[in-house]
Amino acid sequence: MIPLFDLGVAVARVAVFFAFVFGLVVVMTWVERKGAAYMQDRRGPNRARILGITLFGMFHPLADALKFLFKEDFIPDNAHRLFYQLAPMFALAPAILTMAVVPFGPPVTIAGKTISLQIADLNVGILYLFAVSGLAVYGVVLAGWSSNSKYPLLGGLRSSAQMISYEVSLGLSIMGILMVFQAIRLSEIVLGQGELLFGILPKWGVFVQPLGFVLFLTALYAEANRTPFDLPEGESELVAGYHTEYASFKFSMFMMAEYIHMVVGAAVIATLFFGGWQFPYLADKGFAFPGGLSVTVPAAGVLVLRIGSFIGKTLFFCWLYVWVRWTIPRFRYDQVMRLGWKVMLPLSLLNIFVTGLVLLLIDKGGF
Amino acid sequence: MEPILFIIFGAIAVGGAIMVVTRKHPMSSALYLILTLFAVAALFVLRQAHFLAAIQVIVYAGAVMVLFIFVIMLINVPENKLPMERLTGLRLLGVVAAGFLILESAILARRFAMPAGSTADAGSVQAVGRALFTDYLLAFEITSVLLLAAVIGAIALAKRKI
Amino acid sequence: MLTDFATVLVFMVLGAVTVALLLLVSRLVQPRDPTPVKLSTYECGEVPFGSSWVQFNIRFYVVALIFIIFDVEVALLYPWAVIFQRLGMVAFVEAFVFIVILLAGLAYLWKEGDLDWVRTMQDAPARKEGK
Repeated sequence: MIPLFDLGVAVARVAVFFAFVFGLVVVMTWVERKGAAYMQDRRGPNRARILGITLFGMFHPLADALKFLFKEDFIPDNAHRLFYQLAPMFALAPAILTMAVVPFGPPVTIAGKTISLQIADLNVGILYLFAVSGLAVYGVVLAGWSSNSKYPLLGGLRSSAQMISYEVSLGLSIMGILMVFQAIRLSEIVLGQGELLFGILPKWGVFVQPLGFVLFLTALYAEANRTPFDLPEGESELVAGYHTEYASFKFSMFMMAEYIHMVVGAAVIATLFFGGWQFPYLADKGFAFPGGLSVTVPAAGVLVLRIGSFIGKTLFFCWLYVWVRWTIPRFRYDQVMRLGWKVMLPLSLLNIFVTGLVLLLIDKGGF
Repeated sequence: MEPILFIIFGAIAVGGAIMVVTRKHPMSSALYLILTLFAVAALFVLRQAHFLAAIQVIVYAGAVMVLFIFVIMLINVPENKLPMERLTGLRLLGVVAAGFLILESAILARRFAMPAGSTADAGSVQAVGRALFTDYLLAFEITSVLLLAAVIGAIALAKRKI
Repeated sequence: MLTDFATVLVFMVLGAVTVALLLLVSRLVQPRDPTPVKLSTYECGEVPFGSSWVQFNIRFYVVALIFIIFDVEVALLYPWAVIFQRLGMVAFVEAFVFIVILLAGLAYLWKEGDLDWVRTMQDAPARKEGK
């Protein structure tokens, strides 16, 4: 029914992307602590060693994983047993599913067949991303509620109210991208960003939608409950927020979900606003600079540059999370809600209006 | 393959719906309702209505159910004080009537055969947009008035409790 | 197209299996030694009192309600966004009539103070008089 070749390709794609995201998640747990340490002038994790080699503390994520597996996992007496156990799965499953639509490279032709470097190129594209990430709120609500403890309940409620408040702005902020590129598939949006703007700038989302980019970045950080929007876990007031009562492997599932959201979020920013796998001025045959200068690059080189460009952008935005976390202080809860409804929402509607107007004028003016 | 998947997801949807009405704890009911909504979204995908499937998950599973769960948490009836619904004669009658309704629709569906598989593109976001802004424009604009009424109504209802 | 959705389905199943497998492994290798104190709820070291399933601020309910309405708006705007260049000025005006009507709703919420998380003390008596 399905040719064996296609099946093999599908499995390989899933495996490669899974490994990429999980690998980044593991590295990010290390980067976060090491970055924090350097910004605060300390050393950070540096003890874990294998055969006397510490490798800048790179073994700490491994030690963490083992610890998570081997620690005792108990269910508090007061908790609702079933929902308490379901909650981490509700948190992790949507996070994993969000990976499916991000294109990590251009279509490749092998043995006469075109293979897209994307797990699934759905025709609802971005909508799938929103549908799945919108479900992440259940993990948080269920965890907070089923623990039957005061801090998790408050943390879960705050967190979920914050997530739904910013989901509206998140949805509206990318509307401008859809309008400019007239596409909803992520692969088509990336292709559209390969053109040049005024013949000089690459037509990346960030250049055609600067306000949209700022709004999207802000909403994404709020959705992921990252600083400066991390009050659901504001340890000074809510201990650890919705996962206060969780330990051992179930706790690690919440952590994994958070980091997967970060990594996929970074990949989505790169895809929507920074050209995805597009390398500036690199066409299929080689570089074509605005001045008329062109350099031929072999096909394999082009592919490597493009995939490398995607990975590089993703890494940068992963680092940006850490950078922001240790630079900007936390908001107060009423400030978060005010920003979401009274600033982000009107601004994103304004962005749509201006984008629409400009696009229509360009259409009429013919340039 | 498609008919098999359709039957599987249809069974999940119906099974989930039965669980929704038979569970004692409202939170269980809510989670089963999410499952049902998901299965229905899968059915939409199988019928090529891709946009509808995405919206089903975004709006129903992602938004409406959050409100349901908030309300369940807001009211928070302790588990031992949950009211028990009894199986009365009237309810049994309801089940019988529902059975007849299903039978009837099955007969009707057989008579008016399903429109031959819609083209692959009919349910795409672009196609829906085109239909929405040309043929169904009035309905679209009225929707906004309906949503406005919903905003005001919801706030008015909530106000009475504060 | 359907094969792409099928891939997502397979992906979903794979993810679930991975998580279940990891949970099973951790269950097999971890120790099990529950004590009453360990199983009690965390309340900063104090003996916890009462259930936490209490009624909470109705504000969360209001936010969820507003969210649904604007979520529907966003959902209805996607199809417009992807084809509006092909439909031109008319579609642009149509969509903005739609948005403006909903903005009226937002303005109403704003004026009524339902978008403020904390109402200041001066607001509270003024609101009561208004009723």
